[in-house]
Amino acid sequence: MADATITTSPGAPTRPRYGSMSRDRRWALRWSYFFLTLFAIFFLTPPIYMFVTSLKSSAEISAEINPWWVFDPTLSNYIGLLTDNVFLTFFLNSALISVCVVTITMMISVVAAFALARMKFWGSATLATGVFLTYLIPETLLFIPLFKMFAWVNDTFGIQLMNHWWTMIILYPTLTVPFCTWIMIGYFASIPKELDEAALIDGATWFQTLTKIFIPVALPGLIAATIFAFTVSWAQFLYPLAFTTSTKELVLPVGIITTLIKGDVFNWGQIMAGALLGAAPPLIIYAFLMDYYIAGLTAGATKG
Amino acid sequence: MAQVTLRKVVKKYDEVLAVRGIDLDIMDKEFVVLVGPSGCGKSTTLRMIAGLEEITDGDIAIGGDVVNDVPPKDRDIAMVFQNYALYPHMNVYENMSFGLKLKRTPKDIIDQRVRQAAQILDITELLDRKPKQLSGGQRQRVAMGRAIVRDPKVFLFDEPLSNLDAKLRVQMRTEIKKVHQKVRTTTVYVTHDQIEAMTLADRVVVMNGGNIEQVGPPNELYHSPKTKFVAGFIGSPAMNMVPCQLEASGDALKVRLSDTLSLAVPASRTARYRPHVGKPGLLFGLRPEHLTETRPHLEADMQTFDVKLDVTEPMGMETLVYFAINGIDICGRVNPNAGARESQTMKLCADMANMHLIDDKTEQVL
Ligand SMILES: Nc1ncnc2c1ncn2[C@@H]1O[C@H](COP(=O)(O)OP(=O)(O)O)[C@@H](O)[C@H]1O
Ligand SMILES: [Mg+2]
Repeated sequence: MADATITTSPGAPTRPRYGSMSRDRRWALRWSYFFLTLFAIFFLTPPIYMFVTSLKSSAEISAEINPWWVFDPTLSNYIGLLTDNVFLTFFLNSALISVCVVTITMMISVVAAFALARMKFWGSATLATGVFLTYLIPETLLFIPLFKMFAWVNDTFGIQLMNHWWTMIILYPTLTVPFCTWIMIGYFASIPKELDEAALIDGATWFQTLTKIFIPVALPGLIAATIFAFTVSWAQFLYPLAFTTSTKELVLPVGIITTLIKGDVFNWGQIMAGALLGAAPPLIIYAFLMDYYIAGLTAGATKG
Repeated sequence: MAQVTLRKVVKKYDEVLAVRGIDLDIMDKEFVVLVGPSGCGKSTTLRMIAGLEEITDGDIAIGGDVVNDVPPKDRDIAMVFQNYALYPHMNVYENMSFGLKLKRTPKDIIDQRVRQAAQILDITELLDRKPKQLSGGQRQRVAMGRAIVRDPKVFLFDEPLSNLDAKLRVQMRTEIKKVHQKVRTTTVYVTHDQIEAMTLADRVVVMNGGNIEQVGPPNELYHSPKTKFVAGFIGSPAMNMVPCQLEASGDALKVRLSDTLSLAVPASRTARYRPHVGKPGLLFGLRPEHLTETRPHLEADMQTFDVKLDVTEPMGMETLVYFAINGIDICGRVNPNAGARESQTMKLCADMANMHLIDDKTEQVL
């Protein structure tokens, strides 16, 4: 046997090579740059157009000149909005709602995900699937039943839920909690079972296992879920459009289109400036959390 | 003060009987190894002792107290897992002190214990590293450190060396033994590797199919296996087992292995084996090291015979030779200088004083 292994040590088959790694790689890079550029152009054109327009006066916008260039830049649209109490109210409503919704969502979904991922109880698997299925129901199907429920709440408890910005704090979690729970279940499930067993032996309670082990280890997932919850509540349009009407109860996306479009008069400059200002908070949050998110990923947090 | 006692312990997963009513007494300060093939219920047994699995039936006592319904943290045990299960976001110091912190141990005592354990394990300079900055062997040490720091009644190890490469495994094996000599905590250690079991254990528990086959010190298991399974499982290369007939010729007994080959049973065994003369389904068992090259001065129970070698495997300090009797491969271990050649005839010497006779039906060693 020993002899055999010596005599049959195979020489590497010599085969002519037609391409080299570096050449393949160069082509791959070319293609990726090509498509990345295509993507960037496609997705950056609207915001650039918005930015250009937001720097123009109404007269220049309606003038028949090159729309891609600003001949007479002005900050009047921005100044107009930022000194307008109505716009600031929209902004504040949106901010308050988003912060509350993110907090509520994370508190519910982290705990729910932990229970569904780790505590094997009767029906936990079905419940986990159920949570996800609720996310698949389109919100457009929900707002008519919601009208009915609001009416019922008003009749029964005398609490008027219609036309209040804070109603959104109750409504949005129905959109964010299922998906965030689902994300967190995935992250928690990827944590080796031995880790909570070790914690259990070390004397940690379930709650301590969650706060001291699971949350720190699944931090990247937590941040992904937070970003999702924030994006959904910041950009939510349908519910506030359906359930709020008074100017002081509106959120930013709805407020911009209802107050800046008067009949058939579109105040394009301010609409664009408002939309860009509205896009700023998510951008800042992404920029800040993304670093953290990527740092969390590269730390290889889930491998012991 | 920390005996572990298992009484008729049963574990049933839905319809699978993982552990079938085992009894085991582990003494204070003893190092006991549960060994057996994969799926035989070793881990389940260990996890029941830890309190990570509920027991279906029976009793488990630690230090004299029945702990059937005591949660893991109150059993005063520490466990080392196969994948180490270090907390990835904590450094080594925090990993080791986590349990003590939860128990609200004073800071200076925690510090003293962590540093002491780190010293025993030689990981003092790693204390502020994160687990991912450690090699496999270092992680293994930290996992052991986490156990030692808590100064528990019992250490539980579940295949702690399986994730290490062969060389490191041997090294860490010695390390574990040294640590046990220093700390002297009652230890239950699970492995599928019989060499690990033999080298580490005060007593080895051989498990198979949810049952305990035999319990005993390593040498006892090696030299006097009680069942066919233990005889075949312990020892590498494994014990040769050949169907045989037990024949009487006057006062003496012989095992007949083939038409042409029969070997005399040592006189000391004749009384023990006589009732089995003529019984069908007997196996003759002999370990490879008792099948050697012949030598000038044969001892009383050594017998020689010629075989035609099929394969030889030089291992350096010895050469393994293989030949067949009635189509069954037999392995012998000969001196590398004995001139063993493939496809050639060689005179081998069987040390019959170390033979075993196994009843293949009951799987008992006779
Ligand atoms: N959680 C579980 N659910 C169902 N069956 C299990 C579970 N854990 C172990 N088993 C079964 O119990 C038997 C013993 O498993 P285990 O104790 O892990 O074996 P090993 O000796 O390899 O450690 C195996 O047949 C295994 O399939
Ligand atoms: Mg196992």
